[in-house]
Amino acid sequence: MAEKVLAKAESFFDIYDRNPSPSKDVTHYCPGCGHGVLHKLIAEAIDDFGIRERTVLFSPVGCSVFAYYYFRTGNIQCAHGRAPAAATGFKRTHPESIVISYQGDGDLAAIGTAEIIQAANRGENFTVFFVNNAIYGMTGGQLAPTTLVGQKTTTSPYGRNPANEGYPIKVAEMISTLDAPVYVERVAITDAKNTARVRRAVRKGLQNQIDNKGFSLIEVLSVCPSNWKMDPIQSKQWLSDNMIQQFPLGIFRDRTGEVPAAENKRHIFHVDGLREALELPVETESTIKVAAPAPEFQDPRIKLAGFGGQGVLMLGLMLAEAGMHAGYHVSWIPSYGPEMRGGTANCHVNLSHRRIGSPTVSRPTLLVAMNLPSLERFENEVVPGGLIIYDTAMVTRAPKRTDVKALGIPASTIADELGNTRGANMVILGAYIGYTSILPKEAIFAAMPSLIKRKNLIPLNEQAVEKGMEFVRNLRG
Amino acid sequence: MAEPIGLERAKIVVREDECKGCGLCIEACPEQVLFVHKHLNRLGYHPTGYKGEGCTGCGICFYQCPEPGAITVYKKGYVGEEVV
Amino acid sequence: MAKQLIKGNEAVVKGAILAGCRFYFGYPITPASEVAEAAAYYLPKVGGTFIQAESEVAAINMVYGAASADVRAMTASSSPGISLKMEGLSYCAGAELPFVLVDIMRAGPGLGNIAPEQGDYNQIIKGGGHGNYKVVCLAPNSAQEMCDLTILAFDLADKYRIPAVLLADGFIGQMEEPVEFPPARTSLPDKPWAIHSDADDEKRLITSINLEPELLEKHNLHLQEKYAEITRNEIRFEDYQTADAELVIIAYGVVSRIVQTTIDDMRAAGRKVGMMRPISLWPFPSAHIVELGDQVKQFLVVELSDGQMVDDVRLALNGKRPVHLHNRMGGMVPSPEEVQERALKILEG
Repeated sequence: MAEKVLAKAESFFDIYDRNPSPSKDVTHYCPGCGHGVLHKLIAEAIDDFGIRERTVLFSPVGCSVFAYYYFRTGNIQCAHGRAPAAATGFKRTHPESIVISYQGDGDLAAIGTAEIIQAANRGENFTVFFVNNAIYGMTGGQLAPTTLVGQKTTTSPYGRNPANEGYPIKVAEMISTLDAPVYVERVAITDAKNTARVRRAVRKGLQNQIDNKGFSLIEVLSVCPSNWKMDPIQSKQWLSDNMIQQFPLGIFRDRTGEVPAAENKRHIFHVDGLREALELPVETESTIKVAAPAPEFQDPRIKLAGFGGQGVLMLGLMLAEAGMHAGYHVSWIPSYGPEMRGGTANCHVNLSHRRIGSPTVSRPTLLVAMNLPSLERFENEVVPGGLIIYDTAMVTRAPKRTDVKALGIPASTIADELGNTRGANMVILGAYIGYTSILPKEAIFAAMPSLIKRKNLIPLNEQAVEKGMEFVRNLRG
Repeated sequence: MAEPIGLERAKIVVREDECKGCGLCIEACPEQVLFVHKHLNRLGYHPTGYKGEGCTGCGICFYQCPEPGAITVYKKGYVGEEVV
Repeated sequence: MAKQLIKGNEAVVKGAILAGCRFYFGYPITPASEVAEAAAYYLPKVGGTFIQAESEVAAINMVYGAASADVRAMTASSSPGISLKMEGLSYCAGAELPFVLVDIMRAGPGLGNIAPEQGDYNQIIKGGGHGNYKVVCLAPNSAQEMCDLTILAFDLADKYRIPAVLLADGFIGQMEEPVEFPPARTSLPDKPWAIHSDADDEKRLITSINLEPELLEKHNLHLQEKYAEITRNEIRFEDYQTADAELVIIAYGVVSRIVQTTIDDMRAAGRKVGMMRPISLWPFPSAHIVELGDQVKQFLVVELSDGQMVDDVRLALNGKRPVHLHNRMGGMVPSPEEVQERALKILEG
């Protein structure tokens, strides 16, 4: 805008075609409404800063819901109170954009309280214009969070009573208690002097965003002649006499000078190094050979149970991972749903030549019981002819069932002797693969690196598996 | 080529059909050069009028007016077409 | 292709990133938290953004903002959190914003518990938010499908400018299975309607408001037309042993896995039973169910709810064949044997 003329900003549409009303050259705002003035100051600043093409305005719910009729920018209209969240979402996709969240008092300070505080606290690099007129305009004059004590509205017909509705919320003060915001000021659209302050604040809030300095909020006290039931001139007087006492004007936070300006870099979509970043597996030739287990041990449905801390879940994962390396269909699921009760840690594993149906195992062909409660709870679920492997160091009785095979092994004792009691699960695993030939130990060893985070523990775990296999060999003589 | 000669005196132009008659510009004008028309405009409001002289181009009315296009202020020395 | 043993919830995130998603906004909730955790871990490594929102409401509204741009964005939650997202879902549907919402269903109503259920079927399929809208809804039943259907959900969302929901239960989310990951998408679809932060933005508007009843009806009719087109093009299901089946069991999600075992066990005993698994819950494979009804004498719907999907099966068949329901709630999950018992009762009249 040339300095020698004050005219309609180019950041406004010439004709408001989006307005379905026949009057497409005037706003929908009531005579004297403060929104129009603030719109003008924002549009002028957008013009002057040359940022129109990258500006995106978020219209709220409230009288300014139709701000998109007017601003010749990108426009996103969002749900009541959610503009700071939606603006966050968009700004993160386009950090180079200039995002304006334009909100009223019901939108920002009532239904959207969480969103504004959290966006401010994240220090989102956008600019919030908060229009406080102490009343709900769009819906016809109801109580706002900023309605003054004693002020009559259609939902506080006897005047705002702090005992019933609490006190007016001071947004600028509240936001300025947070560490992140860069600039918080309260201004008022009243006389020429105060309006000039509004103009300066608008420009500063936008300049901060251009310079990537972070979150700015400008609270703008504004009149609502229609719902205050006063003429525009009386309204300004009422604002000056009453609102400013409750909502003092001034700067509540200004770290503009402390924060260095930075460039807003555009987000670039790329797939460089994506598979590595996602830690996806690298294609390798599998050399693992699987011997055919006896028919009764094929396609096992496995339930593993013990105390938390005995490594039951890890045992299951190791079986599934090794099974996958050996070419089986596999599934693993931790105890979940009804089985979560009872203080035991369980998991279910399937290894199969076919596509696996139920991932949960209600009738196991193999039960691993690492403690007595597990044996007592699940013994009867095992299918006839199935197998129960149990840790004799922990389980003080043998299975009662006579129609299943039972393999007892002092796994905890063996692991203890190896120097790691927690290796009992791997001893059991060794016993299982030794007893059934379901997997070669190489498949287990191949599975270990992806499951055991502390690499120095891998040899110990390998030894435990070997010990379990050795126990079974000795058993058979 | 001769320098174009700018406006000798500032002036305000009110687009009557965009004026909602709120009166804020009239109230704020330090020179008291604005007035309320007796006639109604297309929107049914009594629009603001300019007395035709006395405008200093201070711009106060422009920033008091809530309508983006209702008031245009040309300052002394302005060169160019009238903004339409 | 090499496989990776991976939890369903994590497969969702890897699938999403392979599909080109770089923006995730979410809130932790069991049993969906691993989706957020995986997103928080992987997205920064690929130039993406993860934000833990202050609420489910904020999360879906962040998605609203991100989906207004020329990118792919998502959020995930579980049932109580999905209830909170209903406002945002309706707005996204109204504004025709494409994104993916993942629902790892748990048991309700209310806070319920964290065990698996399928009680969100009506909330998602029948529109838990206000107004006339549909969302594409895909129901995975394996870790592999948690990846594959997430990718498909993004594609369908963008193809039709519609929210797409991946509706899974706690079991499918918590289960680990081998997954083969497809190649990454190297570019994103063009979105000429989206806000780009460029000079053409002045022509673009994202909104769901329309004060003129005539215009809003027109917009609704446009949406209905789109929904009809999706119904013509995007129905997906899987038949399992249905060719000669006298009884067909209809199930989705983890239940379809349990029922597969039921079918295998019953087939081994010579029983003519099969399963039809809807993969797209909306659009629902109604026509296919009618077709099956020509040959199949009876249907059994098994679901983890008070009987929500069964309504759609009955609507499809319109009384043509008997439709039985076997359902569990509150986090209880039937065993294959329990389903078999019920199926045998039905077969034996």
